[in-house]
Amino acid sequence: MNDMTPTREQREAKLEGMGCKRKRVEDIRFTQGKGNYVDDLKLPGMLHGDFVRSPHAHARVKKIDDTEALKVPGVLAVITAETLKTVNLAWMPTLAGDVQMVLADGKVLFQNQEVAFVVATDRYAADDGINKVIVEYEPLPVVIDPFKAMDADAPVLREDLAGKTSGAHGPRKHHNHVFEWTVGDKDLTDAAFRKADVTIKEMLSYHRTHPSPLETCQCVCSFDKIKGELSIWGTFQAPHVIRTVVALISKIPEHKIHVISPDIGGGFGNKVGAYPGYICAAVASIVTGKPVKWVEDRIENLTATSFARDYHMTTEIAATREGRVTGLRVHVLADHGAFDACADPSKWPAGFFNIVTGSYDFPTAHLSVDGIYTNKAPGGVAYRCSFRVTEAAYCIERAMDILAQKLGMDPAELRLKNFIRAEQFPYHSALGWEYDSGDYHTAMRKMMETVDYAGLRKEQALLRAAFKRGETREIMGLGVSFFTEIVGAGPSKNCDILGIAMFDSCEIRMHPTGAGIARVGSKSQGQGHETTWAQIIATEIGIPADDIMVEEGNTDTAPYGLGTYGSRSTPVAGAAIAMAARKIRAKAQMIAAYKLEVHEDDIEWDIDGFRVKGLPEKTMSMKDICWAAYNSVPPGMEPGLEAVSYYDPPNMTYPFGAYICVMNIDVDTGVYKVRRFYALDDCGTRINPMIIEGQVHGGLTEAFAIAMGQEIRYDDEGNVVTGSFMDFFMPTAVETPHWETDFTVTPSPHHPIGAKGVGESPNVGGVPAFSNAVNDAFSFLGSTHIQMPHDYWRNWKAAKDLGVFA
Amino acid sequence: MAKTHVTMKVNGVEVEGLVEPRTLLVHFIRENLSLTGTHIGCETTHCGACTVDIDGMSVKSCTMFAVQAQGSEIMTIEGVANADGSLSALQEGFRMTHGLQCGFCTPGMILRAQRLLKENPRPSEEEIRMGISGNFCRCTGYQNIVKAIQYAAAKINGDEFKEAAE
Repeated sequence: MNDMTPTREQREAKLEGMGCKRKRVEDIRFTQGKGNYVDDLKLPGMLHGDFVRSPHAHARVKKIDDTEALKVPGVLAVITAETLKTVNLAWMPTLAGDVQMVLADGKVLFQNQEVAFVVATDRYAADDGINKVIVEYEPLPVVIDPFKAMDADAPVLREDLAGKTSGAHGPRKHHNHVFEWTVGDKDLTDAAFRKADVTIKEMLSYHRTHPSPLETCQCVCSFDKIKGELSIWGTFQAPHVIRTVVALISKIPEHKIHVISPDIGGGFGNKVGAYPGYICAAVASIVTGKPVKWVEDRIENLTATSFARDYHMTTEIAATREGRVTGLRVHVLADHGAFDACADPSKWPAGFFNIVTGSYDFPTAHLSVDGIYTNKAPGGVAYRCSFRVTEAAYCIERAMDILAQKLGMDPAELRLKNFIRAEQFPYHSALGWEYDSGDYHTAMRKMMETVDYAGLRKEQALLRAAFKRGETREIMGLGVSFFTEIVGAGPSKNCDILGIAMFDSCEIRMHPTGAGIARVGSKSQGQGHETTWAQIIATEIGIPADDIMVEEGNTDTAPYGLGTYGSRSTPVAGAAIAMAARKIRAKAQMIAAYKLEVHEDDIEWDIDGFRVKGLPEKTMSMKDICWAAYNSVPPGMEPGLEAVSYYDPPNMTYPFGAYICVMNIDVDTGVYKVRRFYALDDCGTRINPMIIEGQVHGGLTEAFAIAMGQEIRYDDEGNVVTGSFMDFFMPTAVETPHWETDFTVTPSPHHPIGAKGVGESPNVGGVPAFSNAVNDAFSFLGSTHIQMPHDYWRNWKAAKDLGVFA
Repeated sequence: MAKTHVTMKVNGVEVEGLVEPRTLLVHFIRENLSLTGTHIGCETTHCGACTVDIDGMSVKSCTMFAVQAQGSEIMTIEGVANADGSLSALQEGFRMTHGLQCGFCTPGMILRAQRLLKENPRPSEEEIRMGISGNFCRCTGYQNIVKAIQYAAAKINGDEFKEAAE
């Protein structure tokens, strides 16, 4: 050793491995406008397709006349359901086991439903064509209110299901019924309610909203007639699944379908499903022999491709008078719109809503969900959420506050009293999950100490007294939320999509000079996988992250993966990456032992290579091993240094967190001010703290939007009244609060690196924190629950209804 | 439809093209000039993804016709980097402070921030937030974008950048 020999710390730092705030490699291109998004793609002769959409929410389509449209300069074709029937594609399967019209087949079931697809030389000509397609409609009565959908005399929406008494998830009770899903012990739960000292019951609505990434859904389809190959570039969060779906519904063999997800401008669940635009663009390319681009505009995005939530949850808790919870009963009315196009694993019609017992030790619980059809857009996607976990977290976190109010207890104290204790993990919940790890009391207490919870409650008491004396018109609320997520779908024993187990995958190929490429089955939409995946590999095999290129999204080169949504990338793909890297290291160990002329067991791993035990100066770096792998491997060993891992997780992961929102509301205007928002997240092992914090900021901002105003609302005729950014609340930098982030670390015991996933936690935990703050503010005036979203008007209305202006 | 000849200076280069009178400037930039860094997020002037700099003003190019830009001087994200190809202070700031995630709003956000710093070289946090309120970001929650702009302001002004405590 001499002065030039790097220290262990320097060697470690050079790797930029796990735990390091590595700057993102993606940013070099994104900050210079050199990202490669779908709409940036231009192919020779490329055509543009656009939709004629229904102005009605429910109507018969009597006639579609395209005569004038076809005379418009540049218009080449008008595709209707009749065209699609010739290739058996007028309807398509949904991920939820339902079927969905690609183009209106005899009737329309929601406003802005796709009726015809106009193909033209450019997007302006396509639009001209749309204006010339004459569609004759016969309006039908609409069903908008989910609570009226199952009235005996409610209009029949899905005539295609006439006579079908069961669907993909069991029996149907009514012509507008999709499924009923029940879980838990009903008798035991009913008994707990009979014996309870105290019960609460409240209908908690989680309104319909939309993920609305800044880049809308789009694709370019190009069919090569000579080769019989279809190439699709699209905004797909799960490109391999799209390839399999296309293979299943078309006659094209899967190896002749090339699906490529280039850079994606945000997804948040919106880009998981398959939409009519993809099918129509593909068919149009086959029909015309030219590439066809389809790009949704914002209004189409908000009104037609995949809403989220719309869960109406009648929630009951049974408890002792000391505040110990003894039972939970929830019934959900789930509004799926016109088609059940939920993006859930196949066996889970209500996703993982059965995480609804949350962070609390409920001895028993019972849950039933009724899915129904209405004249609204189809979907039910997980908007930054692991399949209905957001709804479940909102449900239990609001209900715990309501119980605390009834008991006259502090909501934080009630939570501390009922938390699953650290020593109870792995914990088996009453609704069937095995929570992997957690330390809820520590996280909650850290939050309470950091924000001086007791002090805030004192301040609130003083302000309330002042309000009652007429000295102020401000009220103050503390919104506590302690969520447990369930992410990382998922184990093949209970998670699949269209029969494909929800594993994920990684292939690592190390080159002779010590650099390499990792191809992964996940697909970043802004999460920074190119940066963080390389960090996992850097730590595992001792090659600097800068020397590892990460590639995702090309189904020809990436191993099969189930994509990125539901915070599954780190728990599943992240595990596959670590496992593939460990295979590389295992082979490297054999090569190193051979080169160092010792037995394999006599060498040990040391940051960036192997060293002989007891002889620390006798080493071989991973970089040198890479070179050796291509010229001097041990006899009998294959040359090269590559590995593939397909990882089937043994369990989900269960991130958790303690959030608090401090809010003041002016009762005369309803204007609120978020004074403070503190978010403590425990996502297990932290790969890149900078990226984790960024994910938390973003998710909290979405939660803020949803809780405080972001809604897809319909009028009684089924018109979307929040169909553009004029009416659909998108917070700007001005409205968005300042976020404080914090953490504890409770690694997942079953994950190779102990990581749990974080992307969705802030959306899941944030919404109840905001809603609880508003509700806590109003509670001393006699209210139990005010429905979201809590915009200024609704706050003002709540004050009015509580007699504040009397 | 009859086409009109337009000329303008984009990123310091004289360009010309034949456009329909109804062609939006953003389409001219993206399709005719193949400068695809300028993005389209809403087509209703709300989101700001299409923000470019025209004759010293931030303009949302999705609601301006190409013909209205006749004779003007435009800067898009492709013209922002330093002459030697290195990242500008803002581009660097966005990277250093994690001011972007999916990258879709970033070009518009950087163009807007660049003009903001010319109008107000030492903006307060509140002034930054107001100054970029015409640009939506769905990923970052703006907090790190504010930091990125503060980073750039410090660098341009020769001040020390101190990250505010969480």
